[in-house]
Amino acid sequence: MIIKCPYCGPRDVIEFTYQGDATRQRPDPASSDQIAWNAYVYDRANPMGSHREFWLHSGGCRQHLIVTRDMATHVISSVGFARDTTGTAKSGDRP
Amino acid sequence: MAEPQSALGHAFVPGDHGNAAGGIGITLHERAALSIVQVTAWRETIPAVVTAISNVTGLNVPDKPGAGRSAGEKSVFGFAPGRYFVVAQASDLEERLRSAVHLEAGTVINLTHGRTAIRVKGPWSEWVLSKLFAIDFSEHAFPVGFGRATLHHDIHTNIQRIDEETFDLYVFRTFARSFWLTLGHAAAEVGYRVE
Ligand SMILES: [Zn+2]
Repeated sequence: MIIKCPYCGPRDVIEFTYQGDATRQRPDPASSDQIAWNAYVYDRANPMGSHREFWLHSGGCRQHLIVTRDMATHVISSVGFARDTTGTAKSGDRP
Repeated sequence: MAEPQSALGHAFVPGDHGNAAGGIGITLHERAALSIVQVTAWRETIPAVVTAISNVTGLNVPDKPGAGRSAGEKSVFGFAPGRYFVVAQASDLEERLRSAVHLEAGTVINLTHGRTAIRVKGPWSEWVLSKLFAIDFSEHAFPVGFGRATLHHDIHTNIQRIDEETFDLYVFRTFARSFWLTLGHAAAEVGYRVE
């Protein structure tokens, strides 16, 4: 499998580290809703088809990526920097 | 500053090796007495940092992924968004970058004592390096001046293309001796010279 890193270009999967399902929504950190936290930590849909996931380009630019990959065929339909596509906090920003 | 010692030790054997009778496919050389500094920009300060690096080194670095320049012993290249390798023989390189790149613009880390710089030159350099790194070394995919961050056997290496047949490799100092031996094994079939 080859992932086309938006910075480094096409690289073998051996350079990447899988970082899990990118569709999860973290509950409000102040929440003590155990069912919501349990779902966040453990429940995965595991679809046979398109899936949004985090990959770290650990053997290259070390950026976190969001990869949309078909779980049945491994065909990758999109790759982008995670910091450009998730949440409100931007990982490259200064605290 | 402490006198830098080569990490290659007894593995560094000048002369011709491998199938050298058939010609010298590549030449291996350790680039000594360098300063190697990493500069990292904040997300919104990349243009300012690129300008600062250009001012310090005199090398104009295009703000494009992996782009870089080299001239003589000086080199600059990007290897990740907002991250640059800056190399020169000047021992005050870190100091000069520090005064040009304030904390508001980015960070400066001196890697001099953590890296070994190896120059690979010759008509078979692409061929030999392709045995070690799973990237495309052809010139259209990896143009002159550009840099790459990649792996050999799961170990990080930064690579810059200096010209058509010349590459600079920056490997971790603690792995440099075994990497040097591996490079020699990979080069044996084409014949290589160590100088
Ligand atoms: Zn990358």
